[in-house]
Amino acid sequence: MGDDMLDNNAGRIVGVNGNIITAEFDTHVTQNEVAYIVVGEERLKGEVIRVRGKRVDIQTFEDTVGLKVGDKIEFTDELLSVELGPGLLTMVYDGLQNPLNELAEKSGFFLKRGFYLPALNYERKWEFTPSAAKGDSLKAGDAVGCVPEGIFTHRIMVPFSLKGSWKVVEVAAAGEYKIDDIVAKIADEKGGTADVKMVQTWPVKIPITAYKEKLLPEDQLITQQRIIDTFFPVATGGTFCVPGPFGAGKTVLQHALSQHAEADIVIIAACGERAGEVVEILREFPHLPDPRTGKTLMDRSIIICNTSSMPVAAREASVYTAVTLAEYYRQMGLNCLLLADSTSRWAQALREMSGRLEEIPGEEAFPAYLESLIAGFYERAGLVKLNDGTTGSVTIGGTVSPAGGNFEEPVTQGTLKVVGAFHGLSRDRSNARRFPAIHPLDSWSHYRSIVEPEKIGVARQLLIRGNEINQMMKVVGEEGTHTDDYMIYQKSEFLDYVYLQQNTFDDIDGATSKERQIRMFDKVLAVLESKFKVESKDDARKYMQELRQMFIDWNYSKMDSDEFNALEKKIDAKIAEKL
Amino acid sequence: MRKVYHRILQIAGNVITVEADNVGYNDLAEVTSSRGTSLAQVIRLQDAIVSLQVFAGSRGVSTGDEVRFLGHPMRVSSSPNLLGRVFTGSGEPRDGRPSIVDDLVEIAGPSVNPSKRIIPRNMIRTGIPMIDVFNSLVESQKLPIFSVAGEPYNQLLARIAMQAEVDIIIFGGMGLKYDDYLFFKNTLDEQGALSRSVMFVHTASDPVVECLLVPDMALAVAEAYALDDKRVLVLLTDMSNFADAMKEIAITMEQIPSNRGYPGDLYSKLAARYEKAVDFDSAGSITILAVTTMPGDDVTHPIPDNTGYITEGQFYLRNGRIEPFGSLSRLKQQVNDKTREDHRIIMDTMIRLYADFKETLEKQSMGFQMSSWDDKLLAYGKKFEAQMMDLSVNIPLEEALDAGWKILAECFDRTETGIKTDLLDKFWPK
Repeated sequence: MGDDMLDNNAGRIVGVNGNIITAEFDTHVTQNEVAYIVVGEERLKGEVIRVRGKRVDIQTFEDTVGLKVGDKIEFTDELLSVELGPGLLTMVYDGLQNPLNELAEKSGFFLKRGFYLPALNYERKWEFTPSAAKGDSLKAGDAVGCVPEGIFTHRIMVPFSLKGSWKVVEVAAAGEYKIDDIVAKIADEKGGTADVKMVQTWPVKIPITAYKEKLLPEDQLITQQRIIDTFFPVATGGTFCVPGPFGAGKTVLQHALSQHAEADIVIIAACGERAGEVVEILREFPHLPDPRTGKTLMDRSIIICNTSSMPVAAREASVYTAVTLAEYYRQMGLNCLLLADSTSRWAQALREMSGRLEEIPGEEAFPAYLESLIAGFYERAGLVKLNDGTTGSVTIGGTVSPAGGNFEEPVTQGTLKVVGAFHGLSRDRSNARRFPAIHPLDSWSHYRSIVEPEKIGVARQLLIRGNEINQMMKVVGEEGTHTDDYMIYQKSEFLDYVYLQQNTFDDIDGATSKERQIRMFDKVLAVLESKFKVESKDDARKYMQELRQMFIDWNYSKMDSDEFNALEKKIDAKIAEKL
Repeated sequence: MRKVYHRILQIAGNVITVEADNVGYNDLAEVTSSRGTSLAQVIRLQDAIVSLQVFAGSRGVSTGDEVRFLGHPMRVSSSPNLLGRVFTGSGEPRDGRPSIVDDLVEIAGPSVNPSKRIIPRNMIRTGIPMIDVFNSLVESQKLPIFSVAGEPYNQLLARIAMQAEVDIIIFGGMGLKYDDYLFFKNTLDEQGALSRSVMFVHTASDPVVECLLVPDMALAVAEAYALDDKRVLVLLTDMSNFADAMKEIAITMEQIPSNRGYPGDLYSKLAARYEKAVDFDSAGSITILAVTTMPGDDVTHPIPDNTGYITEGQFYLRNGRIEPFGSLSRLKQQVNDKTREDHRIIMDTMIRLYADFKETLEKQSMGFQMSSWDDKLLAYGKKFEAQMMDLSVNIPLEEALDAGWKILAECFDRTETGIKTDLLDKFWPK
């Protein structure tokens, strides 16, 4: 690139307001292109978000202290992008895909402004095995070969940005290559040529669509959380949201999902939340075994970490960075789960920027385009059929932190319109230490449960009826309630205690496999459907409490162990006692 | 010598504008008026127009007054000589002793790389069962006390601070009544803690802009000490005054308010402060205890609401007691498995039964007949409130756990508690 080019794409600061810079440019700019603000030795990354005449507004991903009117801006003509290639797994990135561990090695305790590192290791060699041959006809997203990345086969694909059909001109022989090495050369019909490397870049705000078609998500994504899998299931390739007031257990639930969900790849986007929570993941995942693979949980994870004190604009980018990485692994036929905590912080970042741009505000000062951005984000989830006929999926679960715990606010409402399952957390339940605090009556899911719908229907009816009776008892008192009704209430409490509630911090109770859930649910259902002969309400309460005690012990015992079987027999005997 | 500007174009609220060049964003300036000299900070640059926020307020500033830019942002000394001293929000000595200008650090520095943090692991014992047993305080935690005006929150804050084992206490007072300031100063002095404390105090009568600086000043000093391997406890009271100061300035700046007049970046601004709480990998730690007074006891008010989403839990102080509902320590799981094996089960069971007690109480007040179960709950609730919740109770954790089992055994049969059988066998009083 000559000096002329550089000068053509330059500009100067004319205004600073928080993290929004106004600049004057010389020739032309592209909306959403990346620009760098040059301050002495530092180059601060920013993104063009509005163009007006000869002036642009740039949101900077860094602190703007010390910037002056007249400081130089360099425009790159490239959209905000991420690097895709082998080596992404186990990485911890900030919202702009800077590797945090490597940053810490180079710059110490603090995140130094304007200090960026490549997302991937360009020195490391990977064992490449070609799969395409000279003369093969390929499309964007088709593999030319693969490298092993931990337990996964990482496909090296024709860059997603290429259009039409390409012929393989040359493929590298099997062997060790760096990600920047050319592993294949391809040519299109018009004679254009392109190189295929192990690494490619992709703009984060544009979905990767190098697949054949989107399919309807049908299979469950087993989370090993009973209330989710049985009552409010999530589908592989589906979407769900978890709104709740603070302290209702959103983050604990997300942690449980990140550990126990049966997905191939888990991507955690810690977006504008507490750093401490990410640290737990950072420090624990490398040591926690993944029961499905025998490796550690870190081997299947990528963590995008843009915590609340990190620059706001990068927070906005972080959810897109995360979903782009998920889409990349979907292209390899893998099932990816993206957990975004919390999408409200992302929406707030949008609000802050919108406010600084002095746009006309919508409800609660959120920008008017909030809903379409939320919809666009969740729509990037999906089960897809790839060009080679295999399938891959991205499942998105986002937490929402509504102001005041009130779900009637723009972010929750905008999210509810587009997701397939709603796990609403309730403060009443968390106050009563009923965890996970997913409200069994308010929540819903459009996906299919692991248990037959008729059985779920029975349990749900009982919960609804139990709740009604409980409300009634508050008015007419226990003495005014019929013993049969009282028994229904006791049964609904029993269902809540032994099945809906689950102790995340216990190794056994914290994760219930599909098989165990089905077996347990039948046993619980047997209790719910039995007509027990009880003499009085006290008798009913005492009996149900004893049953509850046995089920709780059962929950804490290892499946199919002697203790487990013994407890099951005890439970059967107890049920028979009052029949 | 830096250029001096003599023409102030606009004075609105505490913000003045001048025409100047070569000024850095967030840089400081000195504004000299007939009332004296005040610091001011650049908060907006637009072409040649510079907007400055005057720390001492704009009252008495005239259009012909002198503005001199200092060429650097706000800084504070981080020297050990600060210990035992009292400063204003803008860093001027409040105790009549000379000012300190060595080891200057910029305030509101960059955030800590999450990969240099470690998982908090040390419990801070307070002798208060509602904290130790039910919501353990952990070193490096950020935790506010939610309360309404009139509650003894400052006393509670001081009591925890005095009992906590830390190396250094940094006190940040915002909008304090003068007697509250004296209360803290005297308490620190009486307990012999003043020599290991630094105080940044903004009283209700001081200029509002200085209120905004207090947390940043306190936390910048805390950070310097923590990097020097010290365990630092930062006390911030009252963060609601800080948020209100922010609202006041945002409105003067004609920013679009988001919720009840508060600026849209209230969450980020609060988070930037609270997130300074840290346990450094191979250095010291910062623990932040704050007070957030809730207007009208409304937890959905933007200040407590945003705070709750940022901090690692909260203590609700109501009617002179720490409420079990709503109070939460998010980090308790990191430490309460290492204390005693019955800690968690006592914690969960007692709260659950207390919730049932509350329901029964409601039923009772509506005049319903009490079942035998209800009677048990009523007896339990009374004991729980007297022997656990009362703030005058001051016992170590282990004694509190024993007391918990005793209360349970006095009120209930074994199976009524829902506790795992093996724990019952071990701990249920014979």
